Amino acid sequence: MKPLRRFNKDRVSAVILILIGVGIIAQGVGYRMGALTRMGAGFIPVVLGTLLALAGLAIGLTAEPGDFGDQKTAPTEWRGWLCVLGGVLAFVVLGGYGGLVPATFFSVFIAAMGDKGNSVRGSLLLSAGITIAGIVIFIFGLKMTFPLFTWG
Amino acid sequence: MGQALHDLWYGFGVALMPNHLMWSVFGVLLGNLIGVLPGMGALTAISMLLPLTYVIAPVPAILMLAGIFYGSMYGGAIGAILLNLPSHPPHAVTCIDGYPMTQQGRGGAALGVTMMASFFAASVGILIMIFMSPVLEVVAFKFGPTEISAIMLLGLLAGATMSRGSPLKGVAMTVFGLFVGTIGTDVISGTQRYTFGINELSDGIDLAALSLGLFGIADFLVTINRKVIKASDAKVRMRDMRPTRAELKQSFFPMLRGTAVGCLFGAMPGTGPTITTFIAYALERKIAKDPSRFGKGAIEGVAAPEAAAHSKTQVDFIPTMSLGIPGDAVMALLLGALIIKGIQPGPQMISEHPDIFWGLIASFWIGNVLLIILNVPMIGVWVKLLQVPYKLLYPSALFFICIGVYSTHNSLFDVLEVAAFGIVGAVFLALDFPMAPIVLGYVLGPLLEENFRRAMLLARGDLTVYLTRPIAAWIIGACTLLILAQVFSYFRRLRVPKPLSSEELMVE
Repeated sequence: MKPLRRFNKDRVSAVILILIGVGIIAQGVGYRMGALTRMGAGFIPVVLGTLLALAGLAIGLTAEPGDFGDQKTAPTEWRGWLCVLGGVLAFVVLGGYGGLVPATFFSVFIAAMGDKGNSVRGSLLLSAGITIAGIVIFIFGLKMTFPLFTWG
Repeated sequence: MGQALHDLWYGFGVALMPNHLMWSVFGVLLGNLIGVLPGMGALTAISMLLPLTYVIAPVPAILMLAGIFYGSMYGGAIGAILLNLPSHPPHAVTCIDGYPMTQQGRGGAALGVTMMASFFAASVGILIMIFMSPVLEVVAFKFGPTEISAIMLLGLLAGATMSRGSPLKGVAMTVFGLFVGTIGTDVISGTQRYTFGINELSDGIDLAALSLGLFGIADFLVTINRKVIKASDAKVRMRDMRPTRAELKQSFFPMLRGTAVGCLFGAMPGTGPTITTFIAYALERKIAKDPSRFGKGAIEGVAAPEAAAHSKTQVDFIPTMSLGIPGDAVMALLLGALIIKGIQPGPQMISEHPDIFWGLIASFWIGNVLLIILNVPMIGVWVKLLQVPYKLLYPSALFFICIGVYSTHNSLFDVLEVAAFGIVGAVFLALDFPMAPIVLGYVLGPLLEENFRRAMLLARGDLTVYLTRPIAAWIIGACTLLILAQVFSYFRRLRVPKPLSSEELMVE
């Protein structure tokens, strides 16, 4: 939990936006551009990419150098991040190769483990509860078609 | 006028049909419930239930979504006043004076006044909606693709520059949202854009996946282990909610003024409810005899912004329904739901789908009455709900997000999209970008592109058509004014060394 290195948020934002903008343009020129009279598929995306890059540039230029005034440095939170994303990914993977029951159970369990205040026991109980509630609501209540157990 | 009343009568008939009424009640209840839960706002509530609307008919679907919307606004006020926790940005102002009132033991009264102000303001907003809509319908028929695309531009600009934080960042997020909207098959030429050969992307990004990624997962990523949300120990019983006579007298005129501010801004597309509540609050403080009371539990500071938020919400439905231009991200979600249902909001909507339009208006009233009836006796339950710890809440919400998004197209790929937009959203949030303009841009993007391309086709590629057609010229003029105002305020801020006004401080 060491704090992130101090950085200028506006400058980082500018770089990210310009990169996205240039990426959009680079891909967009590959589609037919056309002219204003009869615009091709690539016209609007290229315009948008340009605008995004310009907005990035403007943010970068107006960023006050070395001003960290109200720019909070938040600590990295890898456990929390990985668990939240892991929970979603577990749902995707186990939903395809396992079924609704394991997908629900493990996605809730993994996500719950991300919070430092949750114990393994508490997380297990929570996941069991949500799994039962989920089956009742979505399978019996809303009649969703999602196999409870499946093997691929 | 007579026609409007006649149509309204018809609307009540639609809204009171048992099937419709049931979904409306369901939406209001659920919205209220989710709105109360810490960290969950109207946006999360609507996006989570968006998938459910795909399986029910259009009329009950939209009635339910609208119910969720204002239900969660009532619910959000409870969290703001009792916990100092704005789950929906417009309630941020309510915290300033609402929470001190709780600390002084008057939280119940603050809630009571909030409910009264909300109901009153919503009623006024609904009345305006009823009598304005036919007028706007006439005007809207004069709108061709040129005017529609111009007013969309105005809405996007207003949404981008008048949201929280830096206007440039708002613009950037709007453009990003517009870009996300272009992903998928181009409707005119059939070209696959930005799909990178992934089949699932040819239908474009899913609305539910985008909004739940940005407002759900991204929020978990930013909040987890960082914010300690302490449970409320406030005890509010039914009889605590009755304000004293003095409090009522104090809040009467602020309520009226708040309502007026909300109505005024509601008619302007693109101005979100947050800015409206801040203006209502600032107005109250300016005209108060003793401005120092504000921030220490002044009831005017609760009544006015809440009234403004609710009248704004109702009036906001006018541009959303009649022009197809949503006022904020929540409206954009509603609009998206309508489009998915095959209903194109716009000038023709009132005449083509009178059941939806008038049914919706009637259901607003029914819903607001229901909320008053529900909230007063159930306040004890809501207060209990506020004590649900975040560590149990977010894993459960994560599951509901996953299964909700999956159910839209029975596609696990959509769930992956949620994760992806969760990461994107978290990065942008960490860099102080506003999230709402992305959804606004995403929903309006395809409509804007289609109308712009059609307008250019009609005008043979002549951009000056935006200046030669009078209505379009006025709208473009308004856009220019908006940009100039931003440039002006930027340079003024440069000259004066950082006069951080209290409004700026309050906006997170």
